[in-house]
Amino acid sequence: MKRTFTKAGLIRAGIFFLILILVPIIGGPGWLLNTLIFTIMYAALSSSWNLLGGYAGYPSLGHVAFFGIGAYAVGIIFSDSVYGGYAPFFVLPIIGIAVGLLSIPIGWVSMRTRADVFAIVTITLLFITQTLAFNLKSITGGAQGKSVAPAPFDVSTYDWPFYYAMLILLAIAMGVSLYFRRSKIGLSLATVRADEDKAHGVGVRVTAVKLIAFAVSSGLVAMVGGVWAYYVGFIYPQFAVDPLITIGMVLMAFLGGRGTLWGPVLGAFILVPAQEYFAQAFGASQLYLIAYAAVFLVIMLFLPRGILPSIADRLKKRRASAAGDARDAADTPVPVGSANEPKVAR
Amino acid sequence: MSNALLEVDHLTKRFGGVTAVDECSFTVEPGTITALIGPNGSGKTTAFNMITGYLKADSGEIRFHGETIARPRPATLYRRGLSRTFQQARIFPELTVEENMVVAGGFGPRELFGRRVTSADSERALTMLTQFRLDQLAQLPAGDLSYGQRKLLEFAAVLMSSPTLVLLDEPTAGVNPVMIDAMEQHIRERHAAGVTFLIVEHDMQLVMRLCDPVIVLDRGAPIAFGPPELIQNDPLVLEAYLGS
Repeated sequence: MKRTFTKAGLIRAGIFFLILILVPIIGGPGWLLNTLIFTIMYAALSSSWNLLGGYAGYPSLGHVAFFGIGAYAVGIIFSDSVYGGYAPFFVLPIIGIAVGLLSIPIGWVSMRTRADVFAIVTITLLFITQTLAFNLKSITGGAQGKSVAPAPFDVSTYDWPFYYAMLILLAIAMGVSLYFRRSKIGLSLATVRADEDKAHGVGVRVTAVKLIAFAVSSGLVAMVGGVWAYYVGFIYPQFAVDPLITIGMVLMAFLGGRGTLWGPVLGAFILVPAQEYFAQAFGASQLYLIAYAAVFLVIMLFLPRGILPSIADRLKKRRASAAGDARDAADTPVPVGSANEPKVAR
Repeated sequence: MSNALLEVDHLTKRFGGVTAVDECSFTVEPGTITALIGPNGSGKTTAFNMITGYLKADSGEIRFHGETIARPRPATLYRRGLSRTFQQARIFPELTVEENMVVAGGFGPRELFGRRVTSADSERALTMLTQFRLDQLAQLPAGDLSYGQRKLLEFAAVLMSSPTLVLLDEPTAGVNPVMIDAMEQHIRERHAAGVTFLIVEHDMQLVMRLCDPVIVLDRGAPIAFGPPELIQNDPLVLEAYLGS
């Protein structure tokens, strides 16, 4: 668990990103790149959500608010022209930092609540943002929506910049996850998730780490929203602050495994293509959502803690039963009375 | 000013109509192992929770090192040298034993961004774990430990911040006799090293062996205070425990 920088891990990440980098160059059917953009987008969103919802144990349901803010930021700044096409990408870090800072007071207030209450409080954030998008007509265009100046990219490689931008954001989100886990931020967050009151009691800087997680998580989500707005070209409140986006990032993290590095990515790479496939199969009706939910329910039924943690558990159990005797032998010369210490279940 | 380490001054806490702690005052002198005993529901744990900042007192004052603590918060008190353990042995089961120690060892805001467990952290943790004979379990998830071992781990962890006063909430409840002896031994060792203790405990034999003085709470207020021999024969105490 602790040594996350293993050789195998590096190779796995290397292969994963290498394949994704090569996909546009190798080419494939037209829909492939488009589907991958959304898959990677959700992987990035879910990984960012996981920083807060997974590592800190604060399941935000309002993260799409920051996604929408990022999208509107790009829409508002670049409503007339995009100065050579790549300008929105270069503005993204500023948007990310600004939204991250903006989210700190929000996080400070909302994280005074916990667990289910926190989830409800963050839902209100979603609706506040959507309402603002509807009503601040002079800057958001209200219900009429807002168009982003079209990107002047060559038709044959039009998707490439968006694709790579999403891929970079995914790499950043995963990089931050890895950094969290390997630093005392992650160690502190783990204590917050396990037992926040006890964490206070041993002097952990609970508020500081929670706010760090909240700000980084929201800032990253906002950057993804910015790329998305530029890609889709036209945004309106129900579209940019869509509860389905929030649900998507949460479900994917739950599916793959909350609080793991690859879980959200795996979840996205299962659910987004499944969603696209079902949307094709069932046409324009919303029926595809039922199939989408079915996939989710079936996996959660068999792997309730998410795919990766459940598999890890099983492997561990198998290994433990295989090496059981050896471990018992290694444990014997330990503390006074440890061998006959009964386990008290409480 | 007295030179008591901890002064509890007219502390009161009501839960609805029930007054759990009622104008409770007592002191803990430095260098003692003070026991806080009393029948169930006498307000021991509530008093603990107020002293350590987990519960807000309705009225009253707490002084630590002679300074009034205006807004007691667990984290600040811990950093100032007042640690506690919980009745149910609260540890972080997903973290390794070593990580449990490192977390409790305390680190500044800048170290947050540093490595999860540095070699210096590891060394510090191992020194303490060795004293508690938990060193061979350092890399196991703390959730794999037995209940008694968890109690030891929690105790060892709160010592990582070099506290001056440690509050133990039923350190031997639910553990086997061998482990009770081990716990007693560890408390004595730490006491010899200069740590002051305030202990809530139901095992009267242990209290009488280990603690001096003893404070007896009944219905939220102290009814007796003194060396264990005196307490044992105090009619008020017997009445509180056995009923008149």
